[in-house]
Amino acid sequence: MTTSTITSSGGLTSVLRSIWEWIKRIPPVYPVFFVIFISVGLLNHSYQTMNGIMVFLRRSSPLAILAIGEMMVLASGGFDLSIGAIVTMVVLGSSLLLSNNPANAFPAIMIMLGLGLVIGLVNGFVVSYLKVPSFIATLGMMLMVRGGALYWVGGAPRGYLTDNWRAFGRNYFEKVPVFGRFPIALLILLVIAIFSYYIFHRSNYGKQVLSIGDNVLASKFSGVRVPRVRVMTFVICSIFAVIAGIMIGGYGGVNVTIGEGLELQTIAACVVGGVILLGGKGSVPNAIFGAFTMQAIVDLLNLLGLPKPYTDAVQGLIIIAAVAYVSLSTRKKR
Amino acid sequence: MTTITVSENRFKQFLRTIHIPPVFLFLVFIFLLGGILDQIFSDGQIFKNPPILLNIVVRSVPLGIVAVGQTLVIIGASIDLSVAYTISITAVMASFVMQGNSANVPKAILVVFAIGAVIGLVNGLTITKLHVNSFIATLGVGLIIKGIINATFSNYTGSVPDSFQYFGYGAFGIIPVAILILLMVVIAGWLLLSRSKFGFHLYGVGGNVEVARLSGLRTDGVLIIAHVLCSLTAVLTGLFLVSRLQSGAPWVGPDGIYDLESVATTVVGGTALAGGKGGVWGTLAGVLIFGVLDTTFNQLGVNPYLKTVLRGAIIVLAVASYTFRSKKDAA
Amino acid sequence: MTDQTLKSESSPIETLAPLTEVCNISKRFPGVVALDDVSVKFYPGEVHAVVGENGAGKSTLMKIMAGAYTPDSGEIYLSGEKVLFTHPQEAQEKGISIIYQEFNLLPERTVAANIFFGREPSKYGVVDTREMNKQASAVLREIGVEQMISPTTQASSLSVAEQQLVEIAKAISFKAKVLIMDEPTAALTYTEVKLLDDLIQRLKSRGMAIIFISHRLIEVFDIAEKITVLKDGQLVKTTKKAEVTPSDVVFLMVGRALDHYFPPLGKPEDFGDVVLRVTDASNQFIKGISFELRRGEVLGIAGLQGSGRTELAQALFGVAPFESGSMELHGKAIAVKNPSMAIRNKMAFVTEDRKSEGIAPRQPIRDNMLMTVRAIQSVFGVIHKDGIGKSRKLVPMLGKQVDIRTDSFDREAQFLSGGNQQKVVLAKWLASDANVFIFDEPTRGIDVESKASIHDMIRDLTNRGIAVLMISSELPEIVGMSDRILVMWDRQIAGELPAKSSEQEIMLMATGHVDAKSAKNISKAGEE
Repeated sequence: MTTSTITSSGGLTSVLRSIWEWIKRIPPVYPVFFVIFISVGLLNHSYQTMNGIMVFLRRSSPLAILAIGEMMVLASGGFDLSIGAIVTMVVLGSSLLLSNNPANAFPAIMIMLGLGLVIGLVNGFVVSYLKVPSFIATLGMMLMVRGGALYWVGGAPRGYLTDNWRAFGRNYFEKVPVFGRFPIALLILLVIAIFSYYIFHRSNYGKQVLSIGDNVLASKFSGVRVPRVRVMTFVICSIFAVIAGIMIGGYGGVNVTIGEGLELQTIAACVVGGVILLGGKGSVPNAIFGAFTMQAIVDLLNLLGLPKPYTDAVQGLIIIAAVAYVSLSTRKKR
Repeated sequence: MTTITVSENRFKQFLRTIHIPPVFLFLVFIFLLGGILDQIFSDGQIFKNPPILLNIVVRSVPLGIVAVGQTLVIIGASIDLSVAYTISITAVMASFVMQGNSANVPKAILVVFAIGAVIGLVNGLTITKLHVNSFIATLGVGLIIKGIINATFSNYTGSVPDSFQYFGYGAFGIIPVAILILLMVVIAGWLLLSRSKFGFHLYGVGGNVEVARLSGLRTDGVLIIAHVLCSLTAVLTGLFLVSRLQSGAPWVGPDGIYDLESVATTVVGGTALAGGKGGVWGTLAGVLIFGVLDTTFNQLGVNPYLKTVLRGAIIVLAVASYTFRSKKDAA
Repeated sequence: MTDQTLKSESSPIETLAPLTEVCNISKRFPGVVALDDVSVKFYPGEVHAVVGENGAGKSTLMKIMAGAYTPDSGEIYLSGEKVLFTHPQEAQEKGISIIYQEFNLLPERTVAANIFFGREPSKYGVVDTREMNKQASAVLREIGVEQMISPTTQASSLSVAEQQLVEIAKAISFKAKVLIMDEPTAALTYTEVKLLDDLIQRLKSRGMAIIFISHRLIEVFDIAEKITVLKDGQLVKTTKKAEVTPSDVVFLMVGRALDHYFPPLGKPEDFGDVVLRVTDASNQFIKGISFELRRGEVLGIAGLQGSGRTELAQALFGVAPFESGSMELHGKAIAVKNPSMAIRNKMAFVTEDRKSEGIAPRQPIRDNMLMTVRAIQSVFGVIHKDGIGKSRKLVPMLGKQVDIRTDSFDREAQFLSGGNQQKVVLAKWLASDANVFIFDEPTRGIDVESKASIHDMIRDLTNRGIAVLMISSELPEIVGMSDRILVMWDRQIAGELPAKSSEQEIMLMATGHVDAKSAKNISKAGEE
């Protein structure tokens, strides 16, 4: 923790000064998020209610989970473009596996998690051992998974998603003290967030991911098991994508185009959350709020009455603005 | 001190002396494989049939044209993920302006090329002046274009006069116009890269932008031009598509996933994502590889989704064959 | 020797006007005065060395002359005319060229394309490749290397020395009158240094002014006629080489006499058991390696570039492991397959290039320092801010041990000075509690005073019973530090020499001319 040496007169000024220093170091994503969310709340009073907030969080949780996983890959200096396709696979594949029978929910979920594990392992292997740039490796994987999934279900959803399967993304815990209705999705996010925070910020894993993304050679020479850490990162990202897929399917039901464009949206969420695409920097809470911010922006635009097409355009502008802001301000620091 | 290390074996060095990038060997291999499969499963209907072979190339034209533009940008160590939407907006606007009337064709062409130039300019400026990563910048611009298209048009709009369809369907003798155009674009790209000052500078900017800057180059300008050229190739592809479809619709670009596919064929063709090396002939080979695969699979009645799967696998395997011997760590 | 001094005195020096001159140059960076009122004259046909400790201002001065920086005050004159450069390109066009330690070449482009990058001969935008190659050949011929380098070779397939020659050719193609070189011999082998030397003499006779920065005083005294010493941004003295000795120069550089360059060597009773034994080990890079390393000793590894020294270190440490033969560590047979195995077995490897291989620039200093100890913990093991497990105060303790100057360990490592970054790397390895240390060029590019402190630190390690393997291209360092010397040649161990062997013996073995026995005879003869 840096101690700021202040040589000003008076205890109050120095207290204010240190508060201001602390404020200056807050990552931009938080003020941005709160500004947007408050604007949303002003436009639509339901967002000011606890219920409204819970609804928002239910909707944003999947993207947040995706963002956490992707953030780790980005921090290690790579890209994972296959997460959108994984979501597609999870939703479509589950519609087939469930066969409209709730009893199949548990096995279906297990199968999906298993597939996620395999996908992550392959991604990690191709990048670490075949030395293929992750952009290409996961691009290829995206095609294989999406094509494979569509082939598997024959191009159209094969059934509906059973209620118990959909519970994760759609349902609430009722009558929770303070919160009222508490989305299951949010609970899942919290569990994953705590787990991720631990491994990324409080265990060797995160430090090694960051050092790999920063200087892979120095990491290697310092004994970091680079291939192993990389593979783990891709596995975590893929499995999180599976979990997010279950939640997305739960919330929105099944349709063929689900998951398209998700990878790019997720990367944008990470960038808004302060991740540098080169690697070496990343944070779990920031990624989560990056995702919340993206969702809040979409909601804000909808509330402003902008028709969907404009939403895309404005999203694009905002992504660019966010990155430009971060980029220009880091340049100034140098 | 950084030293530039060589990590190739003798075979690769030999290949370099005779200047055949590995991708051409792949192309030959795929072609032969396709021929064999075709012979076995459908009695050689495709590969013994010249018009169908020609058709393979024709169907590769739209991707091929925009892939040349993408190659330029990638050599400059950048990327353009907005091409799909540029193609869409071109198709829609061209069709809209033409309204089925031949007299409007020149105006339409002017309009779409102007739009393309602006898009390229915006891409280039965002990357160089706002210092936004090219992935994000072109992605964002693409989304903006998408928004504009969807806000203005929602379905097929306008139509293309018959005369313009010559572009997509016409032929000089037996050679389709489409192939000629593709060849012209590839040759133009090749000449630009290997013979022009701009090309030399582009390789430098992509290889090491600091060195380029120290050597007095206007690195921003070079990159902006590359992006403009890329967008213009996307416009050309859009025009080609709309001439074949007779009318433009907003989903034309993304449907063909021209953005990721143009990147994939470039990389399969031997151009490195990191920039500084590569070329358009390799990209053309990459495009043809995908074309042959697609046609072979169609002929064999293979499920289109499996085609996608194979595409993905080939991309990874092709690049892996270039990289697996490298000692350097990928990312 | 006397003939040479006579020659240099009769060559045109002060009788002619200076070719380029810097007057009262000052330059400040945030928080640091890089240069303070420095004035130096550089004459045509003269080789002028600029020396000084790290941070003395040598690089800054050169960069100002080459147009990479603008001075805050002061003037630069070129052939009597005042000049002001805002971009290196301007300086280059006026005839001042600089060659940095990290070459500015494009690896995937040809030699000719590199030389003429940015100003390719062209008509209407089309490059005339044939003309470009022709002009490139002409320039290569001018510096006498047309046999070695062809204009159409790809830059990445050239050796380091050849790349440097291309850089020089590029400078010549700009009709450079002043050539500035930063540590030109740092990465060259012995023979390549001689070639460069000859080239410099040829350039000198064309009336060029050659300026170079170097830490290798031996080369400075071999090649240069004038020496300028900078200290803390100020000019200490500009003097003719003939009028000073190396120790005078060192005194001027550090302000005090360094009475012992090297700490005393170990005595036989200091050396303990064999801690590392390699028997007939090989991989695709090196063959038939056999040697022993004992506790408390410094085993120097000498050899020319390409002889396999770094490959040996990488094999021992598991970066590029041995494929056959055997290795015994602490008496236990072992096959080190990757660095984390090596670290677990208490080995440390301080690599050659600290900037690209040693630190993670955007991570905080404390994370850099803990990198090795964390790497051998379990991947999901808990971490503490300043240490590991029981030793929670590791970071501040190490920081004190290696004397890092920083206000906070949270700072990103990239913002440290070069010398402090080195200390971070050293701290990282000290943290790992290793008892076999491999150093690859430990003092490359470091100023004299820091060199001495690193040598002291190495000897200190051996005094604690640690075994040290030290690779070095600097013969004085090998001779001064090694208790035993292994010489490599042609990817094998050519032989072993005892402590205090002469540089000639080492060089003979390193160039494959002589075997161990004869070398010993030479050294014996030398002693008599």
